[in-house]
Amino acid sequence: MLAIEVKNLSYTYSRKTPYEKRALDNVCFAVEEGEFVGLIGCTGSGKSTLIQHLNGLVKLQEGEVTVKGLKASDKNSLRQLRFTVGMVFQYPEYQLFEDTVAKDIAFGPKNMKLDKAEIDRRVRRAMEVVGLPYDEFASRSPFELSGGEKRRAAIAGVIAMEPSVLVLDEPVAGLDPAGRKEILDLIVRLKEQVSPTVVMVSHYMDDIAALATRIIALRDGKVVADGSPKDVFGDREKAREAGIDLPFAARIADRLAERGIALDKRIITPVELADALAAYRDGKGAETDGASDAKDGADDGSATEGGSGV
Amino acid sequence: MFKDISFGQYYPADSVIHRLDPRIKMLLTVLFIVGIFFVDSYFGFMVTAALLLVVILLAKLPMMSVLKSVRAIIFIVIFAAVINLFFIKSGEVLWSWKSLQITDNGVHTTIKITLRLILLICGASLLPLTTTPVAIADGTESLLKPLKYIKVPVHDIAMIMSIALRFIPTLFEETNKIIAAQKARGASFDTGGLIARAKAMLPVLIPLFVNSFRRADELAFAMDARCYNATENRTKMKVMKIDWADVVAFFVMAAYFAGVLVERYAFTGIMDGLIFGGLV
Repeated sequence: MLAIEVKNLSYTYSRKTPYEKRALDNVCFAVEEGEFVGLIGCTGSGKSTLIQHLNGLVKLQEGEVTVKGLKASDKNSLRQLRFTVGMVFQYPEYQLFEDTVAKDIAFGPKNMKLDKAEIDRRVRRAMEVVGLPYDEFASRSPFELSGGEKRRAAIAGVIAMEPSVLVLDEPVAGLDPAGRKEILDLIVRLKEQVSPTVVMVSHYMDDIAALATRIIALRDGKVVADGSPKDVFGDREKAREAGIDLPFAARIADRLAERGIALDKRIITPVELADALAAYRDGKGAETDGASDAKDGADDGSATEGGSGV
Repeated sequence: MFKDISFGQYYPADSVIHRLDPRIKMLLTVLFIVGIFFVDSYFGFMVTAALLLVVILLAKLPMMSVLKSVRAIIFIVIFAAVINLFFIKSGEVLWSWKSLQITDNGVHTTIKITLRLILLICGASLLPLTTTPVAIADGTESLLKPLKYIKVPVHDIAMIMSIALRFIPTLFEETNKIIAAQKARGASFDTGGLIARAKAMLPVLIPLFVNSFRRADELAFAMDARCYNATENRTKMKVMKIDWADVVAFFVMAAYFAGVLVERYAFTGIMDGLIFGGLV
């Protein structure tokens, strides 16, 4: 079943003024339920504008966005759309406002007009999932939490609406390596337990390589690459043209290739790299099927450790 | 979305007027405002309007940008005109109905008051239109310097002013981000009665305040780390210098001011009589 469908979406800021700027240009893609989409592109490529279309925060100009059968152009279902698409903005901890963590997390469910018991159940569940035990954190002020805890509390505030699509904008920005790993592990958990479809905007190609099942790359408001991480990063020519950075493991593989150690171009995670090197050492270097076997191992998030060491 | 928004009325252009020293512009604006209250003849208003027109053309401002500020006070102008028209009883009665009457003195005063208010606002709006808020803050600091001798912390006040101005666009952008985030959690800001709406703003205002304090803290640290202190001998990156253009502007304005006084007290009514004949 299609979770997200974006058709011929175009958007221009400050229309009919000298400051006019085309942010999105005929963007088309469809996301199946259960996909983990990594949305990449440099600053100003239109990522933020695109994700704000997904829950109707930006008014449609041209084209159509449909999420779970809800059209963004339909004003009557706008609220429903906002509850279907959970949106975690950059630095979400700056949106905390209530005097206790539990109340803040209850803000979304309350806006959904759920009854008290259901709100309570959702708050408890969201806090458990993000790893803030209810008994310990519920009555604390969100402003006295640590940076990582604040971010998790803010994510819980979105998760409590139990959205079927989760959109995250740079979820690990400004965190230390340990905090980054925590949040990335959390995102994997959220995908399994709460929101089966995830769209994550990130500048960290290692995170994308480790987590995403699909990459959509934007440049100047246009989709310049769309495919599995292995295909997108593996096609070096196209990646360079599209202005896509490579994950750490792929860069190492390229360096090794320059020195005569030819490995598979489709290596994108440290685990795959390690396996390929081990295979090379054992004398199977020219063969390239070592990489595909390692795919399962790459999904446990351990790949991000390699990235943080750069 | 709001990156290009400019704060205040400032209209960016490269012109002689824009480049004038902000202190001179502020002084001349004050002189103009005082001067226009001494103008009391149609000839005087014509000269004033001509002067303004020249300045607007020199500043490369579109007419609309100047007239926009008039729109803001249009009700005051109409109110003043109506009051004057009906309540001045001296002179020849032109029209009357029951206790209301309009006299020729009333008509003249009304026209003059209207002209004065409109020209006053047009003239005064040239300062913010051609001067950046930062330049105005710098100019204010420089003009208020004498107050240092009576222990007014002029530099600190000016610093506070510039920082406040600098952060308005930042806070504006941040407000929009927070609104988007709370909307994404189902908040709605445009439904319900007055109290419901005010309450709905809390999820925006609280984070905004918290973030402002955090920003203030960070800025204080950053200033401290660069050894900022408001001592006597701080130098400026942009040193304000009086240029020949400033001198010219000053003399033009001084001539205008002197002309207004002379016309009013030495040649009362003569210029109007010469130009308009028996009409006035």
